[in-house]
Amino acid sequence: MKEIRIHGRGGQGSVTAAELLAVAAFADGKFSQAFPAFGVERRGAPVQAFTRISEDPIRLRAQVYEPDYVIVQDPTLLEVVSIASGAKDDGLILINSDFDPEHFDLDTNAKIMTVNATKIALDIIGRPIVNTVLLGAFAGASGLIDPASIKEAVMERFPGKVGEKNAEAIQKAYDMMMEA
Amino acid sequence: MQRDFEKDKKNMVVVEGSYAVASAVKSCRPNVISAYPITPQTHIVEDLSQFMADGAIPNCEYINVESEFSALSALVGSSAAGARSYSATTSQGLELMHEVLFNVSGMRLPVVMTVVNRAVSAPINIWNDHQDSISQRDTGWIQLYAEDTQEISDMTAQAFKIAEDPEILLPVMTCMDGFILSHVYEPVVLLEDDIVAEYLPPFEPEFKLDPKNPKTFGAFADPNSYTEFRYLQQQAMDKALKKIEDAAAEFYDLFGRHYGGLIDTYETDDADIILMAMGSIVGTIKDAIDKLRAKGVKVGLLKVRSFRPFPVEAIRNVVKDAKVVVALDKNISIGLNEGALFTETKASLYNTKIDVPVIGFMIGHGGRDIPTGTIENIIDEAKKVIDSGITVESQFTDLKEELL
Amino acid sequence: MTIPLGGVCAPGSTLVNKTGGWRTFKPVFDYDKCIKCKLCELLCPDMSVDPRDDGFFEFNYDFCKGCGICANECPKDAIEMVLEEK
Repeated sequence: MKEIRIHGRGGQGSVTAAELLAVAAFADGKFSQAFPAFGVERRGAPVQAFTRISEDPIRLRAQVYEPDYVIVQDPTLLEVVSIASGAKDDGLILINSDFDPEHFDLDTNAKIMTVNATKIALDIIGRPIVNTVLLGAFAGASGLIDPASIKEAVMERFPGKVGEKNAEAIQKAYDMMMEA
Repeated sequence: MQRDFEKDKKNMVVVEGSYAVASAVKSCRPNVISAYPITPQTHIVEDLSQFMADGAIPNCEYINVESEFSALSALVGSSAAGARSYSATTSQGLELMHEVLFNVSGMRLPVVMTVVNRAVSAPINIWNDHQDSISQRDTGWIQLYAEDTQEISDMTAQAFKIAEDPEILLPVMTCMDGFILSHVYEPVVLLEDDIVAEYLPPFEPEFKLDPKNPKTFGAFADPNSYTEFRYLQQQAMDKALKKIEDAAAEFYDLFGRHYGGLIDTYETDDADIILMAMGSIVGTIKDAIDKLRAKGVKVGLLKVRSFRPFPVEAIRNVVKDAKVVVALDKNISIGLNEGALFTETKASLYNTKIDVPVIGFMIGHGGRDIPTGTIENIIDEAKKVIDSGITVESQFTDLKEELL
Repeated sequence: MTIPLGGVCAPGSTLVNKTGGWRTFKPVFDYDKCIKCKLCELLCPDMSVDPRDDGFFEFNYDFCKGCGICANECPKDAIEMVLEEK
């Protein structure tokens, strides 16, 4: 079983990202589970969402404490949340940032990768909404999930032009990580 | 009667638990839905509202009310008029319904209501525990608890079938853990309308409010007959014990999914230690059991699916040969320092020849997370009881001493 | 910390929960253009425009979410939305 923890701020679509990941993983033939850790439901407050992906049906209902993957939507969270907490030694932390991975001094053995998802979102979608872009980057960085499944899940959730733009941004982020 | 996940997989979709419930309600062809939104129940009534707007639920009234008291009061009228009636609520909303809960059951109206279990204020807390529904255990409603979204979805159809049975005619609460199940996305087979039509016959009560054939509902009962009203309710609850099993078995025949009737068991046949629990914690316990079984610990799970009626006989049969029983409760009777499942399990074994120690852990209050390690610690405590007897009968789990 | 009786506590604790990190674009004043009309302060949905002693205003970046309403409404275009590096 692979466990993913997504850090974001209320209103950034972290919960939606976790859900879309679960939909995409199931389309890939796996079992999946996505759920939020709601705190103070307020735009801007730190939130977490979790996704589990497994070959077998998932029964566990606890939160994720030792994630294989961590996705960080907003690097300013590093000042307030211990985003690397419990990350596995062979795990991966994917941060949305302008900076290189070396910029981040985290207490972890997990591999750190960065992607400028905000720039991709602004360039292609025209708005700084990074959740779907990060899923594309995650597909590239982890190899855990088929980017086509993510695009399909996003387009089903956001039909029409919005979905198409998001799909384009997802592909761009995926390609960037594959080249990295 | 195991669930065949691989067979179900091709029919599964990944949706939110609340959506699965709303979709199940739709398939049950309700005639009246009353709705007052409250976190974490909101998505269920929102999704139902969308179904109504889409014309997906024919012959149904969706009533927006101004409080939970009104939500259930509206259903007293609609159910009495012969309409299949549904609502959903949680926490403070359920507590506000308290008075009407007795009216619904006393008038023998087969309303079905999803309770999205949440802690009760104060202090303000929107997260999951079972204090809300357990506090309503004596209102004459059947209470069923689900472990995952597939079960709560399927349980909705079972609930209508049990409630509307002419021998029962009692309201049913189907209970799902707030956020943990209401907001989780996981693969689920949505109920199919045509099979539900076969499973659940139309609601045709013997008596209904009808201007052409007037009847009085909610009549007065003086001391000469009040006792007998209560006796008849209890008798219906007794009959429900079998009906709940039958409804689950018949559901299995048509849909191929089964979660137990009154109870379910997991690895209990040779178990020295038997954990008892209700709701979503059951999944985490099963994972903990697999882990400990691999190390040779003989531990099993008794899942209580029906809390009312309380399955006394079924519990006795499962635990009689165990060396220790551990009841886990997401609720507390303040002043007794015990959870309801613990108290009632002890009571079920007293005055019998069964002599097994029972201990209780109150757990997961106000949404405190329950990792597998917490379950393993509890099992360690249970082992000590086998070796040296009970030292603490009932206690809080993972108490943070530094806050006291 | 221990829990006081009934959870009684001092007000204003949500100030600890700084929400400005949500921001992508940050508003910046051009004080040469500003005419102290106060519209930005009145229209800010997060009360993140604070008056200064000299009659001008400044942004409270701990809570400003960069919605850009101030810049959009400023009659003198004295507020620029700048992409933040983070």
